[in-house]
Amino acid sequence: MRIAYTSVFVQDQDRALEFYTGVLGFVKKVEVPLGEHRWLTVVSPEDPDGAELVLEPDEHPAARAFAAALVADGIPCTSFVVADARAEAARLAALGVVFTQPATVLGPVTTAVLDDTVGNLVQIQSVNP
Amino acid sequence: MDEVFRALADPTRRAILDELTARSGQTLFELRVRLIENHGSGSSRQAVSQHLAVLQEAGLVVARREGRYTFLNLDTSPLEEFVRDVEQRWRPS
Repeated sequence: MRIAYTSVFVQDQDRALEFYTGVLGFVKKVEVPLGEHRWLTVVSPEDPDGAELVLEPDEHPAARAFAAALVADGIPCTSFVVADARAEAARLAALGVVFTQPATVLGPVTTAVLDDTVGNLVQIQSVNP
Repeated sequence: MDEVFRALADPTRRAILDELTARSGQTLFELRVRLIENHGSGSSRQAVSQHLAVLQEAGLVVARREGRYTFLNLDTSPLEEFVRDVEQRWRPS
């Protein structure tokens, strides 16, 4: 058994694809029409055969309520590993990305939390040198 | 004044004030991670929310709603009156 996919619920698949590829830097892996929506995944260019992130429509009302409740408390829906969270946060902020938590040293890691523009907060983290 | 005495009487609430002093304007998520990392306090969301309610009653914490987020701000102005009151009331004659 292995983990091949993990999902984020997104408000709009086109805007999500734009943000996760154009801003965060992932690359599109699979795009298959599926009724009204698409099976749409991205991967890290550092690990193109690794786990795929599914950009999943937040069609279900419970998904929207869940996402909104997490955002209200500032809770990220997922977390991505970067080499240097401080540098990456600065790069993304320069691109206009909104942060609910700036790069902060918390114990052995540095983390930051950003708004993915499609309904979620996302954490980036790096291990402190 | 009773609200400030009550707010300061609990170590977790004092730790919350420590963390908001380090950075005002935190989400509940950031505050909870900081309490765990810096104070070894694994209080539940419910417990932290109750502590925040007490701090807000005392006017020491103000929750600011900004769009879809809520940020917790520190307001130390109630402490000025508190310190003045304590000094005047129990100053040895």
